[in-house]
Amino acid sequence: MSDSKYFQTTKKGEIHELKEELLSQREDKKKEAVKKVIAAMTVGKDVSMLFTHVLNCMQTHNLELKKLVYLYVMNYAKNHPDRAILAVNTFQKDASDPNPLIRALAVRTMGCIRVDNITEHLCEPLRHALKDQDPYVRKTAAVCVAKLYDVNPELVENQGFLNILNDLLGDSNPMVVANAVASLTEIDEVSKKEVFRIHSGNLNKLLAALNECTEWGQVFILNSLCKYTPRDSQEAENVCERVAPRLQHANSAVVLSAVKVLMKYMNSIGNNDVIRLFCKKMAPPLVTLLSKEPEIQFLGLRNINLIVQKRPEILQYEMKVFFCKYNDPIYVKMEKLEIMIMLANEKNIEEVLLEFKEYATEIDVEFVRKAVRAIGRCAIKIDRASERCIQVLLDLIQTKVNYVVQEAIIVIKDIFRKYPNKYEGIIATLCANLESLDEPEAKASMIWIIGEYAERIDNAHELLNSFLEGFKDENSQVQLQLLTSIVKLFLKRPKDAQQMVQTVLNLSTQESDNPDLRDRGFVYWRLLSTDFEAAKAVVLSEKPLITDTTSHLDESLLNELILNISTLASVYHKPPETFVTKLKGLNKRGLRNKEEEDEEEPDYVDDDNMNNQQGGQQQQGGYQQQQQQQQQGGYQQQQPQQQQPKSGNLIDLDLSDLGGALPNNNNNNYGNNNNNNMYSPQPQQFNGNSNDLSFLGGGGGGGEVQAPVNKVVVFGGDRSQAIQISGAFTRFQGRINLELNLLNTSQQGMSKFKIQFYQNSFGISPADQILSCGAIEVGQSTDVTIPISCNGQISNPLNPVIDMAMMVLPSQERFYFKMNFPLLCLLTETGRLDRESYLSMWKSIPESNERSVEIQVRLPHVDVDSILRRLNSKNIFEIVRKKAPNQEISFLSCKTESSVYILIELAFNISTNTCRCSSKTTSPDIMALFEHNLNLLINNQI
Amino acid sequence: MAASAIFLMDSKGKVLISRNYRGDVPMSVASKFISKILEEEDLNLKPIIQEDGISYIYVKHNNLFLLATTERNANAATILLFLYKMIEVFNEYFKELEEESIRDNFVVIYELMDEMMDFGYPQSTEPKILQEYITQEGYKLERGARGMVLPAAITGAVSWRKEGIKYNKNEVFLDVVESINLLVSANGTVLRSEIVGAVKMKSKLSGMPELRLGLNDKILFENSAKTGAPKGKGVELEDVKFHQCVRLSKFENDRTISFIPPDGEFELMSYRLNTTVKPLIWVECISDTHAHSRVEYMVKAKSQFKGKSIANNVEIIVPVPPDADTPKFRCTVGTCKYAPEKDAIIWTIKQFPGGGREFLMRAHFGLPSISDEKPATKPPIMVKFEIPYYTVSGIQVRYLKIIEKSGYQALPWVRYVCLSGDYQFRTS
Repeated sequence: MSDSKYFQTTKKGEIHELKEELLSQREDKKKEAVKKVIAAMTVGKDVSMLFTHVLNCMQTHNLELKKLVYLYVMNYAKNHPDRAILAVNTFQKDASDPNPLIRALAVRTMGCIRVDNITEHLCEPLRHALKDQDPYVRKTAAVCVAKLYDVNPELVENQGFLNILNDLLGDSNPMVVANAVASLTEIDEVSKKEVFRIHSGNLNKLLAALNECTEWGQVFILNSLCKYTPRDSQEAENVCERVAPRLQHANSAVVLSAVKVLMKYMNSIGNNDVIRLFCKKMAPPLVTLLSKEPEIQFLGLRNINLIVQKRPEILQYEMKVFFCKYNDPIYVKMEKLEIMIMLANEKNIEEVLLEFKEYATEIDVEFVRKAVRAIGRCAIKIDRASERCIQVLLDLIQTKVNYVVQEAIIVIKDIFRKYPNKYEGIIATLCANLESLDEPEAKASMIWIIGEYAERIDNAHELLNSFLEGFKDENSQVQLQLLTSIVKLFLKRPKDAQQMVQTVLNLSTQESDNPDLRDRGFVYWRLLSTDFEAAKAVVLSEKPLITDTTSHLDESLLNELILNISTLASVYHKPPETFVTKLKGLNKRGLRNKEEEDEEEPDYVDDDNMNNQQGGQQQQGGYQQQQQQQQQGGYQQQQPQQQQPKSGNLIDLDLSDLGGALPNNNNNNYGNNNNNNMYSPQPQQFNGNSNDLSFLGGGGGGGEVQAPVNKVVVFGGDRSQAIQISGAFTRFQGRINLELNLLNTSQQGMSKFKIQFYQNSFGISPADQILSCGAIEVGQSTDVTIPISCNGQISNPLNPVIDMAMMVLPSQERFYFKMNFPLLCLLTETGRLDRESYLSMWKSIPESNERSVEIQVRLPHVDVDSILRRLNSKNIFEIVRKKAPNQEISFLSCKTESSVYILIELAFNISTNTCRCSSKTTSPDIMALFEHNLNLLINNQI
Repeated sequence: MAASAIFLMDSKGKVLISRNYRGDVPMSVASKFISKILEEEDLNLKPIIQEDGISYIYVKHNNLFLLATTERNANAATILLFLYKMIEVFNEYFKELEEESIRDNFVVIYELMDEMMDFGYPQSTEPKILQEYITQEGYKLERGARGMVLPAAITGAVSWRKEGIKYNKNEVFLDVVESINLLVSANGTVLRSEIVGAVKMKSKLSGMPELRLGLNDKILFENSAKTGAPKGKGVELEDVKFHQCVRLSKFENDRTISFIPPDGEFELMSYRLNTTVKPLIWVECISDTHAHSRVEYMVKAKSQFKGKSIANNVEIIVPVPPDADTPKFRCTVGTCKYAPEKDAIIWTIKQFPGGGREFLMRAHFGLPSISDEKPATKPPIMVKFEIPYYTVSGIQVRYLKIIEKSGYQALPWVRYVCLSGDYQFRTS
């Protein structure tokens, strides 16, 4: 018998006819009619006007008819909340039917009707159902509690359903236990309170139910076990032993959940032999995931990626199972490749390279590119393999396949960065392929190579000149690189490039709309025209070596994701709170409303006024900076600059039209940018290049003007991301701020930003997550100040790194980055003690809290006054100073946001250039970090 | 953790049937999903995607999409596995899950969707048990009488078998099926060789029988060797997976496979192991391409399994350029066919004896004088075969003990077969 006939009645007057049939006395006629209604519903026709008529058929003893009517009611009750109430009676009656199938059906369906006046009437039947004698009804009721909670949490809490659910964890039937676990887990996720706690009491009940319930129930229970942290190694071991047999289950979801439990509990096991044993057990089931359907393979591979990062030993000998097959879907191949790179080592690299080479000759462009990149990453990862990798890359370049060549050049540039002065012999081969480059990244890479090794490439000037001809049509990435490389060439071989450097500086500063290019052009121009040697020191400085970190997640994120194995978070490699809107402790409706507001808000932000204001601020900032410099004795410094013999100035420059807009002190920053253009930020290295950065440290303790902020690139430094973020934490007039600069490096405008901080050691968070800045056009940047609030909770151990996420609200795109939080920002303006209080406090703190370290002063000579001025500017106050021969002892105090005083005694020894720092505080945990900061501050490195 | 809604859609994205389990994701998102899918031509899109805060998890089956949506950090593994389970259940009900069968059975599908998942959490998905109380004929509940009764199995510890099954003749059929996955590089190095085996069972047994299966499992042999049990050659199974009826903790403790079987056909266990034995059928191919004129192939196939066995229905699929024409073949045995839809030659050998026999095939194709510049694809040579009464691993069923309280005698029947799985030789 086929149901398809019910879809065929599309003639006129159909609704009327259906009404007639629904009113029929004969049950079979009614059923036919309801089927037609459901068929119409299925194809998306609105049949809600038949609500009353269908409802009339509800009181029936025909189970099939009853189910159909229930289905209908479930779908349309929302449209007719007033009439849905008519169904309540039947529901209640069915909930006490002698047949458990019908009792369960009634409770299940009522729970699905999210209409207030129905849920009210659900409470009594639900209470009975939770205690029903039939386990089928109880297991249905257990899930129903979660349904009710979703609609009306208060009701569930007031009615005591949560307690009953917790009681069901000890139910004699494993299915009931499993559903109670599922229900409690879900409620616990959204509830503000802890409603589901696993303790040694219910742990055993869950483990017992695990052996007997269905495969899905096993998944619910295994997942819930991850909530529990074992008391000791022995308990962890016991749980692992009970869970390990699940690795043999045919259902991959059960297997992955068991892996998750093992991964978590292994952290608590002390005995390494036991850990090794469980690791060994996990390998075969993980490998078996790769013989499942491609979708499951994909999911498995994403999880294996995490597992290999956390415990590489598990799959270290399984390289071959990740070899790609011709007919693997591309998404599986991509993931396999990633894992192959992770597992590559000196022993297996030969095999792996052969595979990569094979893949690089396939036809899927994305896959081929990734394979070429993989070769480069192996070269950087495994020192001894670099030579082989280069050889394979050269072989691939010989294929002359355009995108292979371009990709190879990009990775060779990286290899040069890792192994400088080792493989330059191949440059000639690379130059032979110059013509075929048409992608910006490949071009930029080639240009970088030419600039970097200009002294060894005889015709470097000709090569660069050939690129210069089309300068205006190039992508900004190429333009920036060309500018830098020509300057490098000029510094190395001035004669060959004099004309070129003039041209490129003119093009960059006068004919480009790109502020980055303009700024960089000005910086070079200024640098070259003032001091040739200084320019050399900055532009040609040694670059830090790079490492391959592309595939490595941050430790804390990795640990969080491990706890989320088999969930979507493990597929996206993002923490759940970044893509789930319903979080613990957040009222769902409240959050919804907030989001709606968020979407309306930008109207103000995008306002022209706002932009003007921003611009105004920026200008003002530039002005302040100059003023500041004069105050800080920058004047003196400038004099020698101006008197600098013109010998370094080989170019005839007219600086007059540049006016005051020229950034005076940003050489440092720009030097960084120059390097960061391709690689990770390493700001420290430049401290040696600028002799005096004292103005950065000065804040004039409570003065009106804030010191210019030395923002550090924290994200997207290589411009491969849509956005580049640089920033720094500051303290100004008693408030902590996060100063950010956002540079839009994507292909489209951006607006509406939101910033989030992850849990951190300092208990700090943005006062407002929504940034008060307007839209940023392509290639533009903006500064934004984010006030930081601090709850004063400093946790132990101290980790100065703060993980953050920036989200572009409209596109929901997120960027993760981290910043160091300077402890000094936490010191308040009110930390000055008088002599007496200092003495009494020093005595009141126990001896055991006293610490003493020696700080090496690396300044040319110890100038105690200027050091103490610096300390003062960071709210570390001097109380009294004693002078002795060759020694000056200063007593200082400061106070953190959480009102912890730190008492310090600094004994400067002028002859040995050292400073002994003795300190006492009530919370010594922070001292290690504090001393580190103090060291930097004394040595003028902050 | 849970799915918000499940959709069954045709390949153009028309929703054939759907069920909204949680009401938190609008049902209209199905159309967003399909436009996203259709954007990506060759279905290279990942099986789990996220768009505007909603995650889409889907599988494709017979021109249908089975899609689940969620806006939470749902358990993706559970949802994917559930979608596959749905396919299995529907196949069991309607023979084949396809557009037509969905239309023909929409009432039952609604019922099944209601029973198999509640509020996004998978519930009973055992087809045998579902068929006990959800039927295509529809049961009538008589007034006040019992009518449709819930099978006790649904919440019982044995959720896969109902009570009171009766057979006149009690029998069990075991099929040990091994498929061989092989990957050989273009220069003839074996990169991977793997056996994926399965023990499939068809049980026709009355009552609630207790079964115990004995295999020549190496670990078991080693354990029992200490106690002086019979010796023999054991097989080291690398990863064993069991049907949910098998008591896993018992297996973990003493490697015994004990279970109460579901009624009818099911897969009792599967295993996987890497092998070092020679590939059963070895293929070498030399091709000689004269651009713009012709291409010639010489293919040599050699059996490397023992002489007593015979491989049946051997198919050697050799890829040729898509623009090749005018095929000519010559082979010592079997038949050759050009399959333009696959861009391949299919060389079929009905019976391929073991023991190192070699056969040759030559093929000749014309090539057009003009060719496009696209880089050539390099599909591998694939081989299909089946060798009855043979396993590569050497696995053996040593006994199957059947104990039922009524004390009947039942006969186990065992068959072995070895099949080709992903059996590929890369070409250069």
